[in-house]
Formats: sequence, C-alpha cells, structure tokens
Amino acid sequence: MRKRLVSILTVLLTLTIALSGCAGRKAGDSSKIVVGIPQDLEDSLDPHKAVAAGTREVLFNVFEGLLKPDENGELIPAVAESYTASEDGLVYTFKLRDGVKFHNGNRVTAEDVKYSIEKSAGMTGEESLIAAFSNIKEVNITDKDTVEIVLNERDVDFPAYIASVGAAVIPADNANPDTMPVGTGPYKYVSRSPQENIIMTRFDDYWGEPAHIANVEFRIEANNDAMILALKGGTIDMCARISASQTSQLSNTFTVYEGSMNLVQALYLNHNVAPFDDIRVRQALCYAADKQEIIDIAFDGKGSPLGSSMFPAFGKYFMPELTDTYTPDLSKARELLKEAGYPDGFDMTITVPSNYQPHVDTAQVLVEQFKRIGVNATIQQVEWNTWLSDVYANRQYESTVIGVDASQLTANAMLGRFYSKAEDNFTNYSNPEYDKLFEEAQVTIDDDKRTELYKKMETLLAEDAANVYIQDMAEFVPLAGKLDGYVFYPLYVQDIAKLYFKEQ
Amino acid sequence: MNRKIRENFKLYTGMLISGLMLILAVIGLKFTPYDPNEMDVSSRLAGISMAHVMGCDNFGRDIFSRILAGIGTTMTVAVGTVFIGIVLGTVVGALTGYYGGRVDEILMRFNDAVLAFPALLLALVFISVMGPGKYNVMTALGILFAPGYARIIRGEFLRCRNLDYVQSAKLMGAGDMRIMFVHILPNAFQVMLSTIAIGFNNAVLAEAGMSFLGIGVQPPDPSLGLMLSEAQSYLFVRPGYAICTGIAIVLLILGFSMLSEGLENNA
Repeated sequence: MRKRLVSILTVLLTLTIALSGCAGRKAGDSSKIVVGIPQDLEDSLDPHKAVAAGTREVLFNVFEGLLKPDENGELIPAVAESYTASEDGLVYTFKLRDGVKFHNGNRVTAEDVKYSIEKSAGMTGEESLIAAFSNIKEVNITDKDTVEIVLNERDVDFPAYIASVGAAVIPADNANPDTMPVGTGPYKYVSRSPQENIIMTRFDDYWGEPAHIANVEFRIEANNDAMILALKGGTIDMCARISASQTSQLSNTFTVYEGSMNLVQALYLNHNVAPFDDIRVRQALCYAADKQEIIDIAFDGKGSPLGSSMFPAFGKYFMPELTDTYTPDLSKARELLKEAGYPDGFDMTITVPSNYQPHVDTAQVLVEQFKRIGVNATIQQVEWNTWLSDVYANRQYESTVIGVDASQLTANAMLGRFYSKAEDNFTNYSNPEYDKLFEEAQVTIDDDKRTELYKKMETLLAEDAANVYIQDMAEFVPLAGKLDGYVFYPLYVQDIAKLYFKEQ
Repeated sequence: MNRKIRENFKLYTGMLISGLMLILAVIGLKFTPYDPNEMDVSSRLAGISMAHVMGCDNFGRDIFSRILAGIGTTMTVAVGTVFIGIVLGTVVGALTGYYGGRVDEILMRFNDAVLAFPALLLALVFISVMGPGKYNVMTALGILFAPGYARIIRGEFLRCRNLDYVQSAKLMGAGDMRIMFVHILPNAFQVMLSTIAIGFNNAVLAEAGMSFLGIGVQPPDPSLGLMLSEAQSYLFVRPGYAICTGIAIVLLILGFSMLSEGLENNA
C-alpha cells in the first residue's frame, strides 16, 4: 500500500510538470477540429429534454426549430420559411421551407413539425421544459406545407420559444431521440462516448449555408488546467470559456476572443431552508458580498457586476441601476443579522460543481467575505451530475454558486423561474406579489407595459435579495491560429458552422 | 559498528525532521504571519518579498502562512487517520489473535477483503457516499488503514498468548480483557511504533492525493495537496508556489519515513 501511495503521489507530482511538455496532434487534420467542453452531455441528447446550458450549446449545431436565433439575438426563419400571426395573436401560421431534410435523408413534413411541437409542449405525455408551451391549445396541419399553432392566450414571446433548441424539429419516426438524435442543423450527430467525446460531421444537404469544417469533435475535459494543457499541446483547437488568467498562459498562436457569457452568476439561495427564508439574512449576505472584489480577485477584474436576474445583452429589460441595490456595507449587514436573530452569524454550505473552477473560486472569495460578518460558510464540491440531480432537480441544498443563462431571448427565460409554481424554480423563491406581476405580464399585450412589468419583477428580485447576485462573467474563447469566424451569441450557444480555416 | 551508526543516523535525522515539521504544524495551528485564508487583491500572485517570504497565490493569500497552516491540517488528518486505524486495528487484531478459532476466521477474512481493494479507490467510494471534507477523509482513511494494523497486532497477540507471563496471568485469574489490553498490548507496542510511523506517512500521502483530486479538504481551507493542485494552474507564472508546497510534502514524508526505518532497525 505504501508503494502504491508513493507511486500515486509521484505520478501526481510529475504530471503537473510533465503534462505541460506533452504535445499531441500538432499539425492536425485540416478537415477536423476539436472543441473542448467542460462537461459530458449527461442529461439527454433529446433537444426537448436537455436541461443543461452546456448540453444545449452543443445541440445547437444539430437541431433547429421552425425559427432560430442569429448572433444579434434576432429570430430568423429556419425550418419554416415564414410565419404570420393572426390579428388577436392567438394563431401562428408557419409556412415550411421547401426541401429541408433531416440528417437521415427524409424530408421534413408538416407531421414531423406537429409531432415535435406537441412533444416539446408535453402534449404527448412527456414533461415539457418550456413552461410557456402549456399555452398551446392545438397544432393543426392546414396543408402539407403549413402548420398552424393555436394558443389559449396571447403571448408576444411565442416566436422566441419556437426558436429555442427546446422546440427543435425532430422526425416523428425517431424511436430513440435520447441516444440517436436526428435534426435538421448544419451538423449531423455521429457518436458519443460517455465522458470522452461527441462526434459530429457536416450535413451536406443542409438547407442554408453549409458548415465550412467537415468534422467536429466535442471533447470532454472536466479539468480546467488539463484543458489549457491540451490547447497548448494542440490537441484541442477551441474551447468556450477560459479564465482571464488562463489566457495569459496561451501563446500567441491562439486568437483570444473576449465577450460576455450572458448569464447571471450568483449565490443562489434555497428559500425553503432556514435562515434563507428570512429577507434580513439574505440582505445581510448581499451587503457582505463585494461583487467588485470577487471580480478583481477571481476574475482578473473582468466581468460586469449585476444586481438582479437579468444581463446586459437583454437590452430594454436590463436595469443597470439595480447593480447598486446593495453596496458593500458590513455594519448594515451585521445589524440585519442581529435583527434576524443571528447576532453571531450562522453556518451555511455552498455547493459548487467542481468542474467549474470560476464558480469554485467565487465561492472561496464569498467564504472570506461572509466571514467578515460572522457567517461561517463551507464549500462542498460536487460532480456536475450530482449538482444537476441534487441541487437543480431535487433542490436539496442550502446555497450554490452557478450561472443561470437564458434558453430563449425572452424576459421569461430569466424571470419565469422565480414564479412560485415554475418547474425550474430551483431556489424555491415564492412571493405573491411577484407571482401577480408575472401572471399579469403573460397576458399583457402592449410591449411597453410588459417591459414595465418585467422591470418591476427584476426590481422586486433585487429588493427581496432573492439571491446574492454577482456578475455576468467575461468569456474568453481561445481559437487556434489556423481558424477564424468565431461569433458570440447573446445566448449560450457555440455556432461551429461559422468557423472556417484561414487561407494559408 | 558502522552499521549501528547508520541506523541511528536514520532514526535521529528522522526525529529531527519530523520534530521540526511538528513544531511548524503546531505553530501553524496557532500562529501564522497572515491569516492563511485572507485574500488581498493588490498582492495577487505577488513574488517573493520581505512581506511575503514565499510570495502570494492567485487569491493574494500569503503562501508561507498557507503552508504552515497546511502542514497543520495535513498532520491533523494524519494523526486522526492513524488514531482511528490503530484503535480499530488493535481491537480486531487483539480479538482475533487472542481467541483464534471462528472469531479469527470471520474477522480476518473480512480484513483480507478490505485489504484486497486499492486503498485510494476504496477511499473514493467512501467519500462519494459520505461527501468530501476533512473529517470524512480521516474516517475513510482510518477504516482503510485498520486491516493493515490488525494483521500486525494479531501476529503479536498470536505470539504472546502462549508465553509464560500470559499463562501466569491466566492462572492468577485475570480476565481476558485484562490480559489482552493490560498485559499483552504493552509488549506489542514496540512493533506498533514503527507501524504507526509508516501509517503517518501513508496518511500524509493519501490526504495530499485526495485533496489534490478535490475530494479531501475543501477550499478555502489550506491543505498541502489542495495547494499543490491550485499551484498547478500557475506553474509557469509562479513556479515557486508548487515547489514550496512540494518541498513541504517531501519533508513531511521523508521525516516519518526515516523515523520508521530507524525504529524498525532499532527494534
């Protein structure tokens, strides 16, 4: 046993040094690129069941809905060629594009579209991930190229839901969408090896502009440092999110793109667990957490501080003034704790997924900041799939540091999860006033009024100190020098089809 | 003669290094130049200076303070592990060695089953069930170390149970418990001593390994393995971080290693 332990540690020690020198595929195969991703696609390959943002950003390349978002956040027609909405906004008529084919070679028919929408809306008995789809009354095929979707109530965001990966068009005759995904996107799914990779190849019969690069491998590299070493060694050509300090380790053979991740990173609190059911405790934590200090220490000063569940890419809905709802103030924090009955602080656990180093680092800084008001926080690192099941699905946690993104570019995608009856309300936030505003917003037609309601909801979340909001993280995308064409989306997607090899 | 000096050399050097580390650990538990967890934006990845003799890590924490505290944490885990292991091992070893027969068969086969698994693998299973953390690591490693100790102690008890002094004690009417723990155990102590030293060694390595993998001591608490894992990201920017932490681990192990070998040869 002693020998074994000695050898294990020797390996660990030498790995740290040796790995840096190992170079894998150097020149590389010009028709293939490798994209590093931090997590496996464990939830599902079925676009209607994929919950993780990390899964959806990969599936974006395989699937399309009737509409799809472009890099400006606008909705462009995809499987549908055009659509019209009736006067009262209750009937959307989609005219299908001629000659769109599935990856299995079959033509997309109106039946497939009807099946997909109904499946994604949960009308076929499965659970729906898009809450707003419960509003769908019926899906009718009016002729072989036209599908009509009838709603119960007017919803101006409806086209945005239709454009999300969660409403992708899939063939009605695919028996195993979980394991053998078939879509209409620019890339065709080839295979998946759990904990290893997902391989895709260009779909040559794509209706739009085909992808430039023939083969793509998404390689799972849960360890951030190993990801950097793989980039340096040339085995990975691109990866989506690395930290600012890691970019300094890469040589200038990489082009590093800087953008924002378009998510709300926060210490999310479980409102069903004491003492987080007490607004004074939550406010105290907000006063103790110094956003700028977190960004400076753990993110090299790169990131935009946030004050509510909305990020700047949302434009009209985003309220920059909420960022300063709670400015760091330790005496106020201590006072609030005393009022709440915790003059000496309390113990709490912060659960973080161990494969996301930025969240682990943030948690470490938070622990220090909370210590200043006597709150003793301990970090518990868990595997990503444990996080998904325990924290997200079963809500068995006290607090967690995570980034919440928007699956569609609608205010509901960010704010809907705080509706007390929402399926994805993993913080168990419940406020009758918020619920009322949310319900009102769903039926308000006038855009200005709706925006006003959403802004009120945002303000309420901030004032209620629903969570300890931190920032929209800066995103650094290193791309191998031979490649070009990376585009940022205001959504959490990686559009591989737009990448191309530079002319030599 | 020459051989004798070499043995003593190992024993004394081992004692010296271990003693030094023990002093550092005790200091680290009570006093460090800076709070080992205190972060400071302005000194992120600061180099070696008078204020920070080993520089600062990526959070601006003083590396020297963290190593001091880290030695403390690692040693605490090692002591806890060996204590749990020794107590369990002694009980099992004493019962099986003294009584023999069916008790021996059942307990030792179970013992063999535990020993058959690679220790770190089993520790991973324990941790995934109980969750990560300092105390869980101690418990898991302690349980894993117990069978090794049990074997050695069983051997000693087996040897001693027929010796004259045990027979005399029996004739005087001493109870089994009294014979086992008052009469035989002190005689087995000599053998246990070097085993304990080796145990410390293994515990230090196992804790460092587990923390390196992220399942041991949880951040931000300092532990040598955890620090080494963090230092890995900054190997090129601040190589001193990894080197200093590595040296601390090496010294800890070297000390216990020499100590145990010295004791073994002395026995």
